[in-house]
Amino acid sequence: MPDLGIEVIWKGKNLARLLGGLAAALRISLISVAVSIVLGIFVGILMTWKNPVSRAITRCYLEIVRIMPQLVLLFLVYFGTTRAFGWNLSGEAASVIVFSFWGTAEMGDLVRGAIISIPRHQYESAAALGLMPSDVYRYIVLPQSVRRLIPLSINLITRMIKTTSLVLMIGVVEVLKVAQQIIEANRMSSPNAAFGVYLFVFLLYFAACWPVSLLARYLEKKWG
Amino acid sequence: MNWDFIREYIPLYREAALLTVRLGLMGIVFSILTGLVCTVIRYYRIPVLRQIASVYIEISRNTPLLIQLFFIYYGLPKIGIRTDPAACGVAGLTFLGGGYMAEAFRSGIEAVDRIQTESALSLGFTGGQTLRYVVLPQALSISMPAFMANVIFLLKETSVFSAVSLMDLMFTAKDLIGLYYETTECLFLLVVFYLLILLPVSLLGSLFERRLRYAGFGN
Repeated sequence: MPDLGIEVIWKGKNLARLLGGLAAALRISLISVAVSIVLGIFVGILMTWKNPVSRAITRCYLEIVRIMPQLVLLFLVYFGTTRAFGWNLSGEAASVIVFSFWGTAEMGDLVRGAIISIPRHQYESAAALGLMPSDVYRYIVLPQSVRRLIPLSINLITRMIKTTSLVLMIGVVEVLKVAQQIIEANRMSSPNAAFGVYLFVFLLYFAACWPVSLLARYLEKKWG
Repeated sequence: MNWDFIREYIPLYREAALLTVRLGLMGIVFSILTGLVCTVIRYYRIPVLRQIASVYIEISRNTPLLIQLFFIYYGLPKIGIRTDPAACGVAGLTFLGGGYMAEAFRSGIEAVDRIQTESALSLGFTGGQTLRYVVLPQALSISMPAFMANVIFLLKETSVFSAVSLMDLMFTAKDLIGLYYETTECLFLLVVFYLLILLPVSLLGSLFERRLRYAGFGN
């Protein structure tokens, strides 16, 4: 059995450090998901309005987010805005801003899809019963949309977790960065550590995303 | 905005964009092939291969490309599998894309009602003819939106190639920012070049979707 460098993971505090790195990545994605869900609901409702101005704006917003790679957005915020406006932004704050900006658009589109899937007669019946437009959303449209929405937004969470791996590129210390440090520190004692440690990181991400994906699929089957 | 700087470095970005497009296209073609193989395996329910395909799809869809690239580029050489950066990029993109493409095709095939296959068979179509004339035309049409979304997704994912020292657009931008500190100009060029690559693909995608929306007539 050749030395694969797996034993490095169990040495000292390495395992705890790797898990700490994963926690940092998960924290960024969970904060961003929370922000995206709240803002996404508003943007989604805005997207269903017939008003040409709001339509054009939300449409442009969605297209920009869809077309630009997340890494480019990260660079724009982390390097671009700090230079242009002269403020100081930590890598972590920049990631949360970018992922929320991205997630809000994606979530908004999901909300829009869920809302327009509610048949017209539901709105009309509610209006005929004398509900205010805001009450129609509150009591009729949202409760029905939420069921369709939950599996899709859980999927967004896995995408968010996967995308957090990019924050390495703007210098945030997460799993991959910790892995690099561990490999570097053990260069002499275990030259093959890169294999074992990166394999472990690979499995860590899988372990974080897979259960969430399974949950989304299960809910989709159950409520779909 | 320093226009002289921009004019001077456009050729460098053009090279980088060509690299992104070339590797991206190769990755997409191989992803389609991998996806088709997985779909065929799962459609015909070939015993052992089917489980392997399912495990592969789960793994590729639930791990980020950056981690896959790191493992291929820095991890695998330790057990004797060495790749150059370009091959590594294409391999990573294929590994990732194969799973996504397989899922897109599968959802298309599953959307074709069982009754259609049975009707075709009872009309005397052979298995191959059923697939060729009944299942595939509808499945392709249905999976088109997911397919185009995957193509755009994979092109966007190429932005992490700089992590394995490929001189793509991100690498060029970061390098020039480090060298000259002309942040605004470098980022402006970066955005413009990504738009040049992705905007036509996106427009083409919505055109295709509209053209191919013939399945599910009467639903």
